[in-house]
This record gives sequence, C-alpha cells and structure tokens, in this order.
Amino acid sequence: MGMTMTQKILAAHAGLDHVEAGQLIEADLDLVLGNDITSPVAIHEMDKMTVKTVFDKDKIALVMDHFIPNKDIKSAEHCKCVREFACKHEITNYFDVGEMGIEHALIPEKGLAVAGDVIIGADSHTCTYGALGAFSTGVGSTDMAAGMATGKAWFKVPSAIKFNIIGKPKKWVSGKDVILHIIGLIGVDGALYKSMEFVGEGIQNLSMDDRFTIANMAIEAGGKNGIFPVDDRAAAYMKEHSMREFKVYEADPDAVYDEEYTIDLSTLESTVSFPHLPENTRTLSEITEDIAVDQAVIGSCTNGRIDDLRVAAEILKGRKVKKGLRCIVIPATQAVYLQAMEEGLLKIFIEAGAVVSTPTCGPCLGGYMGILAEGERCISTTNRNFVGRMGHVKSEVYLASPAVAAASAVTGKISAPAELGL
Amino acid sequence: MQAKGRVFKYGDNVDTDVIIPARYLNSSDPAELAVHCMEDIDKEFIHRVNKGDIIVANKNFGCGSSREHAPIAIKAAGVSCVIAETFARIFYRNAINIGLPIIECPEASKGIEDGDEVEVDFDSGMIYNRTKGTEFKGQAFPEFMQKIIKAEGLVNYINSNY
Repeated sequence: MGMTMTQKILAAHAGLDHVEAGQLIEADLDLVLGNDITSPVAIHEMDKMTVKTVFDKDKIALVMDHFIPNKDIKSAEHCKCVREFACKHEITNYFDVGEMGIEHALIPEKGLAVAGDVIIGADSHTCTYGALGAFSTGVGSTDMAAGMATGKAWFKVPSAIKFNIIGKPKKWVSGKDVILHIIGLIGVDGALYKSMEFVGEGIQNLSMDDRFTIANMAIEAGGKNGIFPVDDRAAAYMKEHSMREFKVYEADPDAVYDEEYTIDLSTLESTVSFPHLPENTRTLSEITEDIAVDQAVIGSCTNGRIDDLRVAAEILKGRKVKKGLRCIVIPATQAVYLQAMEEGLLKIFIEAGAVVSTPTCGPCLGGYMGILAEGERCISTTNRNFVGRMGHVKSEVYLASPAVAAASAVTGKISAPAELGL
Repeated sequence: MQAKGRVFKYGDNVDTDVIIPARYLNSSDPAELAVHCMEDIDKEFIHRVNKGDIIVANKNFGCGSSREHAPIAIKAAGVSCVIAETFARIFYRNAINIGLPIIECPEASKGIEDGDEVEVDFDSGMIYNRTKGTEFKGQAFPEFMQKIIKAEGLVNYINSNY
C-alpha cells in the first residue's frame, strides 16, 4: 500500500521503510519550537527531567511573540524565564524584541523550516510549514520539553484527506478564502487526527503567502497537519531564505486517502466565518444584512505577511477608515514591517487612519493591542472566532481575508472590495 | 485506578479559549489557572466543582490553541477524568502527557447528563452511570500510551527511558 507525503516524511524520520495510518512511531525532530506562553511551562517540565541539556542548540527555536513587548509584569516574568534558559543553553534561534516576529511567519522567513523536515511546536499553528512540504504540527509544552531534551517525539501516523486544487482564483480571492471555504465544507473536526494533503495544478496559482495561510488553518479543521507538494515556487522560496538542503517527498500513486475533495479556485468567493466557529462560513454574496463592525484587525500568523499587507494597502490607499472604527494593522515580522515601510504601505495605512503595531500575536488571542468590549464586533484576518477569543464573552469575531477586512474598515460594515468600486 | 464524581456536562467543540481564556495565560501556576477554569463557558463551574468530579462533553473537546494550561487548569480544579465523544488531538496528547485521565466514548457522552453520579474504572475502561444504572465501555489506550499514563506523565516516562 502506498504512502502519503506525510507518511513518507514520518517513515524516513523514524528509520522505517514503510508506515501505515494508525501506527505509533518515534520520529527524529529537525526543529522544536516554543513561544513566550508555552515555553515557560516546557522549561519548568524540563527542570523535572534527568536529562539536563538540550539535544541540539541549533534545532530549537524560542520566539517571544504573544505578549511582547511585555504587556504586564507576569508576562515579563515569563519572557525573562525563557531568556535565561536561552542564554544558559546557548540557543541559537532565540528571537526577542527587535528581532522577533510572529513565530509562524518568522520561522520560514529565517529559513528554519524546509521541505522534508519533521517539526513540532508548542503552538497549534505550527502546521503552517506544511506550505513548504514539511511535516509540522502543534503539540503542548510537555511534548516540547521532551523534544528539547531528546530530539524525538511520538506520533500516531495519520490517515489523510486529499484536496485536489484546480483553477485560478478571481481578483480579491486569496488563500484565506480557500481555507475558510474548506473548513466550512468539512467542519471544525472534519480532519480530526488526519493530515490534509493539498495537490493539483491549481496550486501554481497560489502564492507562497497564500499557501502559508492555508496550511496555517489546517488545525481549524482539526487536522494534524496540512501539506503542499514542493513546486518551483516553493523551491525558490526555500533557496532564497535558507542555507539548508531540503528533501522533496511525493505521495505514492497508490497512496490511500480517507476522503477526496476537488476545490475549484475559480468558483470561490470572498468568505467570512461567523461567530463562534470557523466552520460557520458564508460567502459575501450570501450576506444580505448589514453587519456593522467596531474594529478591523489585519495581521497574525495567518495573514500578517507582505502579500496580505499589499492587498490591504491597495484597498485603503486614498481612502479613510470609517470614523469610530479602529483599524489595527500588524506586520507579522520585522522584515515584513521593513518591507512594508520601504514599499510605502505603512504611510498608506497611517494616512487612512489605521494604526500600525510592532509584530505581536496580541489581539488575535485576546491578549492585548485591540481587546473588544461587551457587544463589540471585529472583522479580523486572524484564525479563531471562539466565544471571548478577542475580549469580552459577549463580543464577536468575524474571520475574513485582508481584502474584506480592509474594505470593511472603510465602510464600517462587512463588505467586499467591490462595494468600494474595486 | 478509579474516578468517581458528579458530572459537569458540555456540548460540542469546547475550545481551549473557554477552558482557560488567554487573558489569564500570563500565569502558568496551576492553582491560579484553576480559578478561571471554564470561566467563559460556565462561570459557576469553579464554585460548584468538587474534588473528583467528572467532565463529560460531546465531540472535539479541547479544540483550538495548544495551550497545556487547559488540561492543567482542569486537573488543578480537581476534575478526575474527562469523557468525550472525541478529543481534539493536541488536547488529547497534552492530557496524557500531564497525567489527566481522559476517555473517548460516544455512547457515554450521549448517555450521561449534567449532575449524574459517574464512576470510571481506568483499568477496564468501564464507565458506570450510577444515577441511571447504565454502563459503557470506553476506548482502551494503546500500550505505548498506557506506559505514559502509568508513569503519571511523559516526564517520568522519559526519565525512566533516557
């Protein structure tokens, strides 16, 4: 029986010729990742271990991104704990204020994830690096501690769902619309314990930033990982960003899939997830009522990359954010910030009446930098719209693409760019 | 190993944001996290829960963020076991890794109501609803996971293997 892309990568890292869905394996890790919320718990767990050293100081990444620059004393204590650990163990890839970015934008940008890798991260959106043809998945802090100490992790080999991507998306339709459409189709547990394998000629019409967005939200369908084949565009990205050799794994022709879907990009429309689950999707044309919003957030590990900011700027250029609405733009990394500055995007945002923040996860998880009051609504390019996710239990988050978030920031209600004559 | 207690029943897709909201993640102290456990889905939970009580939910329990603070908060609140139709995979790993007993059992999830008195035998995987006089067979853990559970978590397991 043939293997999927994910199964081939896992087999190679477990020293096996063949694995099957359901099999428990122990795999060697190429990278272990943590952030300022999950790493302190992992460090505390590592203190209880008899192994006192890290398995490889070059294969651990600690990224301070959730509550930094620190929002309060407790979060400062957390970062201090991680900083001291990084210093003590001489962790090469420790990124603090000034160097950091939102981890899942930063890791590919720094070339720390490449095709063929097995990566675990104590953050659920670690699945992002599947865009590069890596197996990457979110775990908890104890798994992270075990990974840092031993360089290994246990996995149950997942079965897979195949998404055959065809066609070319219409103007303003992005990777975010693709993944929201898929989550609406299969549900928030539609890919539970499974890998989501994206294939097909339509992938060539998706930018790398689109692919990062799609892989990033595999977890929102319950998926263990999302993974793309390596094409010329992915190879060029890795050559530009990484010194490391990458290894391409292709699914066997007789690989077995639990389910198969065909996604025709040309038929997709701008899509919004309504509160309080990402699966509650409606296309813009299905929204007939006016949904007034109080805040628009453009950023996060899902949509804070340069393509996302370019789209938002294209819409906000020469326009004004509606009076009374707060529009918060958050470049995901320092490099994205700098590039946005050089391209004049930040000027466009500020002239439109938006604020531009230093890279942070901040509002996405209701941490800081844009918390909602009771009864408020936010249109957001982030990834979750659970109850209380961005603030008050009675606030609401609507998930959308950067194009829809930017257009809505201008009109004050959930809107397609077409409403602005674009 | 057994658990016995009163049931707190919840529905589908209980996410880790409602189990422990991110506004409290500036702490990693179990006792402090426990005070806010389930706050955004059931404000009364922490006032009503007694040591040994059991959470029963429907599908996809613990979806969303990978925060281990979620099973830590549940365990520190005194909950002895979580039974659900299905668990989100990161929550599943985390619960096993920190030694919070969990059982997948769709029939039990359907046949147990809020306030029922329930007993669980982890060795046999049997779940007894003492209020209704019914019983259910939960899914057994693979041998490898049983070793982690018997070691009371991944850290002890690793300490005995490396």
